[in-house]
Amino acid sequence: MTNTIQSDQAPRISLLGTTGLLFEPPGAMDLHTQRRIWWLARQVEAWPCIKEAVPGMSNLMLVFSAPPRKLDSLEADLLAAWSRAEELHLEGRTVELPVIYGGEYGPHIADVVAHTGLTIEEIVRIHTEPLYTVFALGSHPGYCYLGGMDPRIATPRRKVPVRGLPGGAVSIGGSQTGVSASAGPSGWNTIGHTAMSFFDPQRTPPTLLAPGDMIRFRSERIIK
Amino acid sequence: MIEILSATALSSVQDLGRDGYLRYGVGTSGAMDRVALAAGNILLDNPENSAAIEIPFFPFEVRFLEDIVFALTGADAAAELDGRPVPPWWTLPARKDQVLRLNPTERGARCYLGLAGGIDVPVVLGSRSTQLRGEFGGYCGRNLRQGDVLRTVQPAERSEGSERLPAAGFGVEPPEFALPQGDPESIAQGTRTFVRVLPAAEYDCYEEASLESFWSKDWKITMQSDRYGYRLEGEALVPKHTLEQRSHGIVPGVIQVPPSGQPIIQLRDAQPSGGYPKIGTVIEADLWRLGQAELCTQLRFVQTTYDEAVSALDTVRDYLNKVRRLAGLYRLSRR
Repeated sequence: MTNTIQSDQAPRISLLGTTGLLFEPPGAMDLHTQRRIWWLARQVEAWPCIKEAVPGMSNLMLVFSAPPRKLDSLEADLLAAWSRAEELHLEGRTVELPVIYGGEYGPHIADVVAHTGLTIEEIVRIHTEPLYTVFALGSHPGYCYLGGMDPRIATPRRKVPVRGLPGGAVSIGGSQTGVSASAGPSGWNTIGHTAMSFFDPQRTPPTLLAPGDMIRFRSERIIK
Repeated sequence: MIEILSATALSSVQDLGRDGYLRYGVGTSGAMDRVALAAGNILLDNPENSAAIEIPFFPFEVRFLEDIVFALTGADAAAELDGRPVPPWWTLPARKDQVLRLNPTERGARCYLGLAGGIDVPVVLGSRSTQLRGEFGGYCGRNLRQGDVLRTVQPAERSEGSERLPAAGFGVEPPEFALPQGDPESIAQGTRTFVRVLPAAEYDCYEEASLESFWSKDWKITMQSDRYGYRLEGEALVPKHTLEQRSHGIVPGVIQVPPSGQPIIQLRDAQPSGGYPKIGTVIEADLWRLGQAELCTQLRFVQTTYDEAVSALDTVRDYLNKVRRLAGLYRLSRR
């Protein structure tokens, strides 16, 4: 196992202590890569030493049921599986989320304005245009990582994470966007708010959305 | 049944944690010191994964509403049962209406109060641990409050357990003495905790000088540290170039470095994913040491290898097996 950054061609495999490992293939953060990640997750989660295979944004975390004594064969199996990975097409549904942008609902929209040089209206127009695909869930119960944000509104994560953001916060972190499912801390820039319940532990599955589902943001109001 | 008498904040019901729901965004939760939780359950003859109360702030008081055997593990909270001292890492029968008081800790950060049978709260998504962010699991999905009454699982089997227990109870050697890590002076003073770390994906992206201070300098556990994570303070870690990662899964123990350069160790209530660069991961076998590291004390990171980190898990397992053998002997001697 090496920690050096490998060439653009080879996937990178790094350790998360003895709890798991992270598999990061090269290439764009797009739907093609993500569909192969979904395929890989389905394969790997059936392997004996794996407790859970967790898709991220064009990467995959493996959590060990027990840490393997030797990692070499697991790494080789992983690389071999990736090389034959196909695009897994998940047929999802589309959910529209009404959003109030700016003001107290989007306390960091000014930072996005400052970083991008765009006006609030332009940012909202660009943010509401695409049909976003749920690439993965993570962060907190029911939270969806979305693919498809226009890189023009990409804004770096905050230098210090903000504590106590409300649920329903629509935010931008780097080249990604998402909606928080409950109140908590975040390092992303909050630009708006939506009212929607994304998680219920009594439901099976407990989440409203699954990888492959789609989200469209609709601007309900812009506060300046 | 027990009743929480004090209003001290942030106590919660925890078991070993919630597995298999990371893909839904549900983190593991569970005891910050899983060795203490498991050992407490072994002392009580409970399954290792039974739920107990994790107590991080003191004083803390409970009243026993029935005769029941309890166990205290984790931090040494100078406990008193109706004013009589109870040693740390000890199990003892309590009588109805007795009051157990835990005082500000002399050593360690979190105390675990377990009950014979284990605390009975609903199992949600495979665990009794409190999921604070999701507001489910544990006791009503929240921290404990004054007046809360907690029941135990399997009340019928309890009397048998208490008959098999010596009246004065019995105890075991705490893991900080059985499995010491670091220099003896720091261990004795409890002011510096040594934890072993495996380098993570972005380790090589940091300046040589930063890596040197990462391993050789003290890192203060700031007041902004809790079950979500420990925010550390020390010489800022400087990357060779700007790093922005795609969101990916993380686990308790991962040491993230936000742009401020001050690292954050993600812990049991942490998000199961993140995007900050990762310089290393505190190995699973040492996470319990973090759980007992007090606010405003110092941390030292000790570099280790994967093989050593895997063996370290065996060492923890050996310790718990020793506790199990000892507990068995005490019970046998009563038969």
